Amino acid sequence: MTVFLDVLLGGVFHAAILFLVAAGLQLVFGVQKVINLACGSFYALGAYFGITAVGLASAAGFPAWTVLPVLILAGLAIGLVGLPVERILRTVYRRDESYQLLLTFGLLLMFQDVFRFFWGATPRTLDNAYLAYGTAEFMGLRVPTYNLLVIAASIAIAVALGAFLQKTRTGRIIRATAENRDMSEGLGVNSSRVFAAVFTVGCMLGTVGGALVVPASASSLEMAVELVVEAFAVVVIGGLGSMRGALAGALIVGLIRAAAIMVLPEAEILSIYLVVIAVLILRPAGLFGKAMA
Amino acid sequence: MSTPTSAPATVAPAVSPSLWRPSGLISFLVIIAAMAGLPLVASTYMLTLMVPFFGFAIALLGFNLLFGYTGLLSFGHAMFLGIGAYAAAVMTSKLGVQSLELILLVAVAAAVVIAVPVGFLCVRYTRIFFGMLTLAFGMLFHSILFKFYGLTGGDQGMRVMRPLLFGMAFEGGKTAFITGPFYYYALGLLTLLGCAMWRIVRSPFGLHLTAIRENAQKAAYLGVTVSRMRLAAYVISGVYGAIGGVILAVTIGLADPEIVYWTQSGNLVFMAVLGGSGAFAGPVVGGLAFVLLQDTVMSATQYWRFVMGAVLVLIVIFFPRGIAGLFGDAFARLKRGS
Repeated sequence: MTVFLDVLLGGVFHAAILFLVAAGLQLVFGVQKVINLACGSFYALGAYFGITAVGLASAAGFPAWTVLPVLILAGLAIGLVGLPVERILRTVYRRDESYQLLLTFGLLLMFQDVFRFFWGATPRTLDNAYLAYGTAEFMGLRVPTYNLLVIAASIAIAVALGAFLQKTRTGRIIRATAENRDMSEGLGVNSSRVFAAVFTVGCMLGTVGGALVVPASASSLEMAVELVVEAFAVVVIGGLGSMRGALAGALIVGLIRAAAIMVLPEAEILSIYLVVIAVLILRPAGLFGKAMA
Repeated sequence: MSTPTSAPATVAPAVSPSLWRPSGLISFLVIIAAMAGLPLVASTYMLTLMVPFFGFAIALLGFNLLFGYTGLLSFGHAMFLGIGAYAAAVMTSKLGVQSLELILLVAVAAAVVIAVPVGFLCVRYTRIFFGMLTLAFGMLFHSILFKFYGLTGGDQGMRVMRPLLFGMAFEGGKTAFITGPFYYYALGLLTLLGCAMWRIVRSPFGLHLTAIRENAQKAAYLGVTVSRMRLAAYVISGVYGAIGGVILAVTIGLADPEIVYWTQSGNLVFMAVLGGSGAFAGPVVGGLAFVLLQDTVMSATQYWRFVMGAVLVLIVIFFPRGIAGLFGDAFARLKRGS
């Protein structure tokens, strides 16, 4: 029973982070129809910047419990880097998707060295922050309170994002642009502003996800390329462009990984790809995706 | 778009078919001839760079049958490099088979055995789904190589011993072997496979592939068995990838999981687009440019990834037809000027 709970909580924590990054990927794909390989770089950027921000905050005398809000704010702030990146991406919106993929692949390579330049090649950690929140008793299991807070924060972001897209006027404009860019432009929507805003929000989801993960694990140069394939797995399982799909996919990938680490560590990554391939063969559009050519 | 009728509306320069331009095969053979003469003038270091280029060039010829001619972007093509590399490693270090011809045969057979079922599943999809499915299979292969330590040596990889060329053993240091007999062996292989690919893309089969790229529905209406043709293209490109992988592994002397990682597949796409996937010799030119550029940048700065990434971004934005496109434009201008 404790093993099961352990897997469950570890998996859901990982899923909470994965969901944030995948939601950013989905948002951008849904509106701009661009698969952003650089989403992993945003995630790593958030992680590195989060460590720097917490370091600065504690040097400035902030109490230890402010780590979580500092990390979220740091993620949101560095997410603004999405604005200039979108200017670059804008040049290929109307091109073949292979060029879009390649452009973001180029950005991924560039970011890799940006991290190396600013933060060096050795992995950075932030472990003392992890203990600041202590541990909680959860159904007879001791778990770090921080993990529970992150899961709660991720759920809150998911709900807020859903409400924003479904209920607000701006959300409706975004969905209209996603549905038909030319038509919404004809109705007076400034689509390039919508694109810039959507991409920046997508980027912020990635950077916040990265910032939230650093107390639990180190930030390293490999984390960007490693996360890309996991985020890809999430959106393929859930279905491209679907927020509900991102949630389901993140939970599936997070739980499978946690279970595999416990039962058969060799199959950790293997099992994820097996699920991805099974989904693509049985339901090519993913669990919640719309059928596409 | 309102364009005056006097100016052509296309982006590509208007070149009438009667104008002579170097055909893909001639451009390819010019590169081969230059490479054959290179050992007379170039340093040993330059030659050690060229041998991996031969491996990449072979893989890229196959990759472009899929990407440039059939219109399918594989983001997991490094899997086939890995199949070739590990075939060489298993044959030389575990089974003690040193003959390179036998190794190549086994690599080809392994590539076919894996490409047929994988391709069967993948070619049912196009566009981004094809890319993601191939990526997933590539990473599946990577995780098997990476995690099953006892079988594959994990992240340490497996050693690739020096093979026999046509049954002949060569004495001397590793560099002498790589830049001497093996250089010409790999170049010969590249020439042979390049000419074979030229025949393939000019054959009715190649025309079928182009028709599928342009309009799969129309091709199907005209009687092209679309998925079977795509599968054939996938298998052929996989075989080329595996042969390229053997060359790479023998050059490095090691087969490790890094060669299958998805960023390596990204590099293959990078090379193809850098050279220009629309031209027969384009990817080969791209492979050469990539190898030379990477070497120059790596010796100049430790931040070479940034420079390579920036080059890729600029190419995608400003020169989507790659180096071959630039050459084509220059030739067109030359002809118009004279």
